[in-house]
Amino acid sequence: MTTRDGGAGRPRAGLRSRERLAYLPYLVPGVLLFTAVIGVPFLMNLGTSFTEWSGVGSPRWVGLDNYRELAEDAEFWASFRHNVLVIVGMAIVPTAVGLVLASVLTDVIDRRFGPRTAAALRACVYLPQVLPVVITGVVWSWLLAPENGAVNELLDAVGLGSLAHDWLGDPATALWSVLGVMVWMQIGFPLVVFMSGLQRVDPSLYEAAEIDGAAWARRFWHVTVPQIRPEIFVVLLWTTIAALKAFPQIFVLTKGGPGGATNVPSYYSYVSFFEKTDVGYGSAIATVLTLIIIALTVVFLRVQGRDLGEER
Amino acid sequence: MTATMTKAKAPKASARDRRGAPRAARRRGPSAYAVLVALIALAGIMLIPFLVVVANALKTPEEYAANGPLAPPEGFNLDGVRDFWERVDFGHVLLNSVLISGSVAVLAVLLSVLNAYALGIGRIRGRMWVLVLLLMANTLPQEALVYPLYYLSKQLGLYDTRLSVIIVFTVVQSAFGTYLLSSVMSAFPRPLLEAARIDGANRWQVLWRVVVPVVRPTLSVLLVFFFVWTWNEFLIPLVFLISNENQTVSVALGVLQGQRLMDATMSSAAALLGLLPTVLFFLVFQRTLSRGLTAGAIK
Repeated sequence: MTTRDGGAGRPRAGLRSRERLAYLPYLVPGVLLFTAVIGVPFLMNLGTSFTEWSGVGSPRWVGLDNYRELAEDAEFWASFRHNVLVIVGMAIVPTAVGLVLASVLTDVIDRRFGPRTAAALRACVYLPQVLPVVITGVVWSWLLAPENGAVNELLDAVGLGSLAHDWLGDPATALWSVLGVMVWMQIGFPLVVFMSGLQRVDPSLYEAAEIDGAAWARRFWHVTVPQIRPEIFVVLLWTTIAALKAFPQIFVLTKGGPGGATNVPSYYSYVSFFEKTDVGYGSAIATVLTLIIIALTVVFLRVQGRDLGEER
Repeated sequence: MTATMTKAKAPKASARDRRGAPRAARRRGPSAYAVLVALIALAGIMLIPFLVVVANALKTPEEYAANGPLAPPEGFNLDGVRDFWERVDFGHVLLNSVLISGSVAVLAVLLSVLNAYALGIGRIRGRMWVLVLLLMANTLPQEALVYPLYYLSKQLGLYDTRLSVIIVFTVVQSAFGTYLLSSVMSAFPRPLLEAARIDGANRWQVLWRVVVPVVRPTLSVLLVFFFVWTWNEFLIPLVFLISNENQTVSVALGVLQGQRLMDATMSSAAALLGLLPTVLFFLVFQRTLSRGLTAGAIK
């Protein structure tokens, strides 16, 4: 992006920067609100992470003690490994599946069976996204219940009763069950963003590709994916970050259990805050999580910036 | 540059194509039908949990105990729904959620447009870093903010008010909007902006008369996302809205679920009442969005 301004526009550089400054007032409300709601509280949390504090009284400065304790905490590292799988369930699988679905709905269903059919199918897949996480928790912990649960009853009904299981209560299956629920919940988000991106694409591009004899797979790689590349970046970054903050899902489905089998850092920090009332330690976990998310965001934006820069 | 030009022209061209040569190019081979069947099956799997919820919300507790969750309801029993409605004063709770989510959706879209105008169109110096900083609002784990926010809102006398939650989520949601809109606006055709400026429009007029109409489809998508996301928020509303009269749907349900006072049929009644408003809103949005998209394309 910046390379374009370089050589050619040099004589007008002064004008350019004055022109850009004129847009600054539009950023003022956003920056002020950000400072009050995010900036200051974040710094307060950072400060607390260097202290020992139970939430009442005055915090006691302990330097890096909380972070040292964290580095040796096996429970903390286990929660991290779980989070890697949660990223697969909430970001990678939904983005990949959403991309294929968006392409099929736009390229095949919309053109062969009409936009109404495509919109109806999109609505069905998106529906779980509108469900509050709390409701999803109520619904799925009850569908997956060991006694009288709909999933087990369904397995029984089709003669697979031997597979019936305490899905969320068995450490061997709890995390996988949670991941399954997450895929169900998450898939509509990439789909809707990708399909709205594909609205930009000129249908004659597809028609031309088809007349040239390009099969669906080729149209997918050479028309769909390049055209909505900005959306793919946005969705992948967004869902990955959401996966690192999977607190409500874990809270309503398993409370990190059984025996920590589904614990993730965001839930672990919550437990430290409100159950162990170890606010300093909770702040340290939240700070580490924050640093990971910031690093990830910077890397993503860099890659995206370079990628879109090359295109131009 | 040429790539962005074709992209911007695409919607107009597509509208013309769709009207001009309507259904002539349609070929429905067997593979197309196979795809359709597979997608309908997938849609069915996505919908089954909803059907199970509705079916069980209409059962009496005795019926549930006798027949299990999969049997269709014998009658149309709304006792569970009525019990739940009265227990949590659901009408009031619903109003709180609508008020909070609606205010946040509108305010956050407004804030996103202003931010993205400066970043995507204005391309101010250091925009990448401003973007990263603003993104922190939505990317930071809320656990890292909830304690200090709780403390600060008490100092300001905003604790346990709906306004406090509206302010927090306006900032939080606008981060995603700023990111997406900046990305979309940075691909905005520059000649269009320059033409408007030559015609004597100032920056404010360019924003509302040239930029906003073109990115309107993205704005309506954002409006819906913000509404739904705010509706679904749990942790911060739970901490901030302690009195019954300020609670949102999620908080009321979460509190009740935590108390383990609900039997299976009441749980599904609660789930039904919890998901109905958002599903309704979504169905309405489906129509507005497709209408909005066509209207934008014809102009």
